[in-house]
Amino acid sequence: MEKELGTFKLAVRFEAAGGVTALFGPSGAGKTTIVNMIAGLLQPDRGSIVLGDKVLFDAAAGINVPPHRRHIGYVFQEDRLFPHLSVRQNLDYGRRMSGRPRDADDFARIVALLDIGHLLERRPRLLSGGERQRVAVGRALLMRPGLLLLDEPLASLDAGRKREILPYLVRLRDDARVPMVFVSHTAAELRRIATKVVRLDAGRVVAAGGLELLDRVDADALG
Amino acid sequence: MLDLSPAEWTAVLLSLRIALVATAFALPFGIAIGWLLARKEFWGKTLLDGLVYLPLVLPPVVTGYLLLISFGKKGPIGAFLADHFGIVFSFRWTGAALSCGIMGFPLMVRPIRLALEAIDRRLEEAAGTLGAGRFLVFLTITLPLALPGIIAGAVLCFARALGEFGATITFVSNIPGETQTISAAIYTLMQIPGGDAAAGRLVLFAIILALAALVVSEWFARRAGMRVQGN
Repeated sequence: MEKELGTFKLAVRFEAAGGVTALFGPSGAGKTTIVNMIAGLLQPDRGSIVLGDKVLFDAAAGINVPPHRRHIGYVFQEDRLFPHLSVRQNLDYGRRMSGRPRDADDFARIVALLDIGHLLERRPRLLSGGERQRVAVGRALLMRPGLLLLDEPLASLDAGRKREILPYLVRLRDDARVPMVFVSHTAAELRRIATKVVRLDAGRVVAAGGLELLDRVDADALG
Repeated sequence: MLDLSPAEWTAVLLSLRIALVATAFALPFGIAIGWLLARKEFWGKTLLDGLVYLPLVLPPVVTGYLLLISFGKKGPIGAFLADHFGIVFSFRWTGAALSCGIMGFPLMVRPIRLALEAIDRRLEEAAGTLGAGRFLVFLTITLPLALPGIIAGAVLCFARALGEFGATITFVSNIPGETQTISAAIYTLMQIPGGDAAAGRLVLFAIILALAALVVSEWFARRAGMRVQGN
């Protein structure tokens, strides 16, 4: 897909399989732009986006599925929890909007996975940064997405909180079995969670492959 | 002191009814126009903006006169509504509610618009990715977050409607039991020798009503504000 934003030109082509695909690159490489286009919040100028066998966007064919029908979970850099709703209502939001019946098992499983059971009746404002981000992950998961986008979900947290939340994300990868696209510019964090790496720079895919790509970047950065 | 005569009670209750009906009917329009002004760019936006605020800067008598020639029995809109829907405004309390609603409208739109402008649009985006279409996003995110502004706007409109005088008396005259509000009744009593005591009672009542409206609105606004901030 391609997109021009002012003088910034983005043209990328990559495939994400199951597991966790890392979008990796320096600030300004176009990582957030890419996930926004996958989620449907930003419209590419040219190209196409396909999830499984479903075409979400195709400029040539004039297809552009609106965000609310894409079934793609999105965990933003900032948690973006709804301040007027309790944690429970935030978690339940996706289910309510899709009109699905309540599924207590699904709810309990994800609440347990993220360890947020004691927070359910609180308001987001009263949670710590790490707690908020875990609720945001739970909210995105409970809509039963076909794909989960995580845009630097740890960026706004300090080092201690990062260590606190990473294990949950690893558990998510192994237990929830939702394919994920994980955006980050930190190699150390991706080494823990990614199964495939797409390296970006200045709006282009520089390389795509396994975790070894992360090492080479460290070498580049040093050398 | 607060022994109102039946005629004075009539004026008080009529004022309340007119102000409530005016606010209730103005509210959906206030939210719609506030949303348009806050969120949309379109041709003629400046004109709409000016038009909304016109009743605030025009002499009320002029607004009343304009209502009379458009919504009166022989006015184009008034005649149309009377012929097709049986809705009559001229010299009826409904006409008083119309003029009060229009006079209060600018005061209603402004806080609603500001509240809508202050909402973090990224929350609406997030709601979209969670499966909510545009209308559901508006209903479940936008509207609740704008609630303090909507309440403030409704209260200001109500207060303005309760005290409206110039436009109303010009449009629907001063008919006891039909269009004579508290303000009009006080004005009438002041023209009559010996009407001072009755006028004084109504003045006191007007003050009590205004204070009560303030207290109630403050309570609502605080509750809504706390909800929005998540306390």
